Amino acid sequence: MSGTTPIAKPTFSLQKYGIVLAFLGLCALVSLVCQIKVMQGVWPVNVFLTLNNLMLILHQISVNGVLAVGMTFVVISAGIDLSVGSVLAFSGMVAASFATRYTGVTVWSDTYMVLAPVTAALLGGALCGAVNGWIISRFRIQAFIATLGMLLAARGMTMAVTGGNPISALSPDFRWFGTGRLFGVVPVPVIILILVFAVAWVILNKTVFGRYVYAVGGNEKSARTSGINTRAVLMWVYVLAGFLSGLAGIILTAKTGSAQTAAGTSYELDAIAAVVIGGASLAGGVGRLTGTFFGALIIGVMNNGLDILGVESFYQLIIKGALIVIAVIIDSRRMSP
Amino acid sequence: MSAPLLSMRTIRKSFGSVHALTDGNLELKRGEIHALCGGNGAGKSTILGILMGFTRPDGGDIQIEGQPVRFANAHQALTAGIAIVQQELSGVPQLSVAENIFLGAAPRRHGFVDFPTLNRHAEDLLARLGFDIDPRAMLGSLSVASQQLVEIAKALSRQDADILIFDEPTSALGERDTQRLFDVLRDLAAAGKGIIYVTHRLAEIFTIADTFTVFKDGATVATGRVADIHRERLIEHMIGGTIDGEYVKDNVPGTDPRLQLRALSRAPWFSKVDLTLHAGEILGIYGLVGSGRSQLLDTIYGLETPDEGDILVGGMPQRPGSVGAALRAGISYVTEDRARSGLVLCASVGANLSLSKVRFIQRLGFIDEAAEKAGILASIQRMGIKTPSPDQIVSNLSGGNQQKVVFGRCTAVAPKVLLLDEPTRGVDVGAKKEIYRFISEFAADGGAVLMVSSELEEIIGMSDRVLVLKQGRTVAEFPRDETTQKALMMAAV
Repeated sequence: MSGTTPIAKPTFSLQKYGIVLAFLGLCALVSLVCQIKVMQGVWPVNVFLTLNNLMLILHQISVNGVLAVGMTFVVISAGIDLSVGSVLAFSGMVAASFATRYTGVTVWSDTYMVLAPVTAALLGGALCGAVNGWIISRFRIQAFIATLGMLLAARGMTMAVTGGNPISALSPDFRWFGTGRLFGVVPVPVIILILVFAVAWVILNKTVFGRYVYAVGGNEKSARTSGINTRAVLMWVYVLAGFLSGLAGIILTAKTGSAQTAAGTSYELDAIAAVVIGGASLAGGVGRLTGTFFGALIIGVMNNGLDILGVESFYQLIIKGALIVIAVIIDSRRMSP
Repeated sequence: MSAPLLSMRTIRKSFGSVHALTDGNLELKRGEIHALCGGNGAGKSTILGILMGFTRPDGGDIQIEGQPVRFANAHQALTAGIAIVQQELSGVPQLSVAENIFLGAAPRRHGFVDFPTLNRHAEDLLARLGFDIDPRAMLGSLSVASQQLVEIAKALSRQDADILIFDEPTSALGERDTQRLFDVLRDLAAAGKGIIYVTHRLAEIFTIADTFTVFKDGATVATGRVADIHRERLIEHMIGGTIDGEYVKDNVPGTDPRLQLRALSRAPWFSKVDLTLHAGEILGIYGLVGSGRSQLLDTIYGLETPDEGDILVGGMPQRPGSVGAALRAGISYVTEDRARSGLVLCASVGANLSLSKVRFIQRLGFIDEAAEKAGILASIQRMGIKTPSPDQIVSNLSGGNQQKVVFGRCTAVAPKVLLLDEPTRGVDVGAKKEIYRFISEFAADGGAVLMVSSELEEIIGMSDRVLVLKQGRTVAEFPRDETTQKALMMAAV
């Protein structure tokens, strides 16, 4: 049967900015409710609309945001990475084991206390990602299965590092990555988050590699006939996701001041949620980092807003679950008129 | 005289501001095979969609044996005796052939599927049709051609169907299966059914159809008996103008060898293939489905690794099994199935056009955006791609324009050797000619073309030389002036 008639798209598309509108709408809703409380005299000020709270929200989403950047690449390449939470925990544990003064060795300099844990954590994360990528591209195993394996294995390795014990008493220099503030205002994790998004955006939109990620996710066979080394592309996508999990592990460990074996449990789901709310398709080939950024923000504002309003955590989960499904329903209806 | 089996008059249908159908007319009598012709976007799909109950018309009337009908959904159309064989394979690959044929209509016993009866029915049906297919085999394990035959058997299993629609049923079939299908169609017509046959292949219209209707821009522009119309006239109706010849051929083959294969083998597909392709030459490869022709092109391009033998490009030995090396040596490949392996359908026209090229216009991994944009616009112009903008998603284009995008991507890297596998499959007459013109120009400029096609006329019309491949071996070679349909068929079968 003949093809569909070409139809020009409207110049201003809700498609492109719908997520921003949704985000602004959510902010307006939360601040409205807060304002009502102020007018009723329950609260002295609108606590939602303060610079401090904005920074708090950004601080709170920094870990999930960094994970979601890696997840965006993975999802666009038509894959999924369930292991990011466990790899985060593993990297955090590796970092902590280098950043504590109670390893029996006391001659380490302060510089070493920063460089060694950071390098080790990033390498550890990237290595886990490389194993994922190798299994997926070499053996043609579904990403879901391969990374499910890594989800368990990395959690096991985390516990194996210390025999199941947490590591605390971390060097203050290392903890700067989680608790430091630039100019006394902007938390370091927020700076890292923004840098990661900026660099990733450039990679995805301006480089040949970024273009190949879209192509491999859109149609792997066509990508191959176009001369793309699809195996290498997939490999690097998972290495990147692992690397960013390592970075997220550094932030979380530095923030909380100790590496827990159960850290990052089910974080992969929040990362996937941010990507999906941001408009990426789990079928691959479609997705944007700006979408993911606002997806992460929406989750952050919702958590923050519901916390401020004193909504109990079980209701928060119900609302969050509904939001994810509704976002995808709206998205799929928009795509297929 | 009794009323015709089907009569559709002045059918209108708009989708938003797009007038898909302004004056659609179609009449079908019992016992006749009626060819429905027209380019992509001419309105064929829309009128068939209305007939099948998928879409509702805005106006006009439909009568079946003189009775006005109006279908609200596909089920009503089915009940009224209308069945369709879709162009796209729509079976369930994980189920058996028999289960697919009787999908949703399987015989039951005590609420469970009665498999012995199911298989027996399927076996009888396939035997009656002359299809050599095991009803117990899993559909997904069959070749595309066999799957298409199963699809046909499925449509014919609904015995109460009086009106049968075949939408490009032969696009995946080889010569032998096509002939078998034609026999089946003739038997069905002789039994008093009415058959609507949609195809892009003109030769088929003259082989199989009794009557025809031509659609152009949403309206019926011609209808009549096939015996009363000349081929050229039919094409003129379809493109709405006059044409001078279907094929364009201005190239003169040179003597400079561009691509040489020496005893190239890959089990079980082909063995000891030798050929030399010269600059400026169009070399046709003809063979039945399963003769190893697509696999040969895959191997030359490096998608597959040969077991033994050499590939030389411009005299230089080629690293086997590397697409990157092939691209750098100047080989480009238009594959058989653009949706599966030619295009990234969810991406834009521009992204598709530059996909092979970006690796050559980068600096430290960054794409040179100015060069990319210029290249995309040049490709759109060179190939005459009709698209509102380079940002248009490629799946929104017509089949012919999609194929031009594949050509545009492949030639954006300025190849010296172009491998073509079924270069005009699923492309309407107008776009076909543009593609032929492009191939001819490419060769005239010194490019070398290796073209696989199962359309005999296309092979004969375009090739300077034709090699016949049979069961993975080259069995014959014909220079242009000795190539005839008969000679090719004799060599290939």
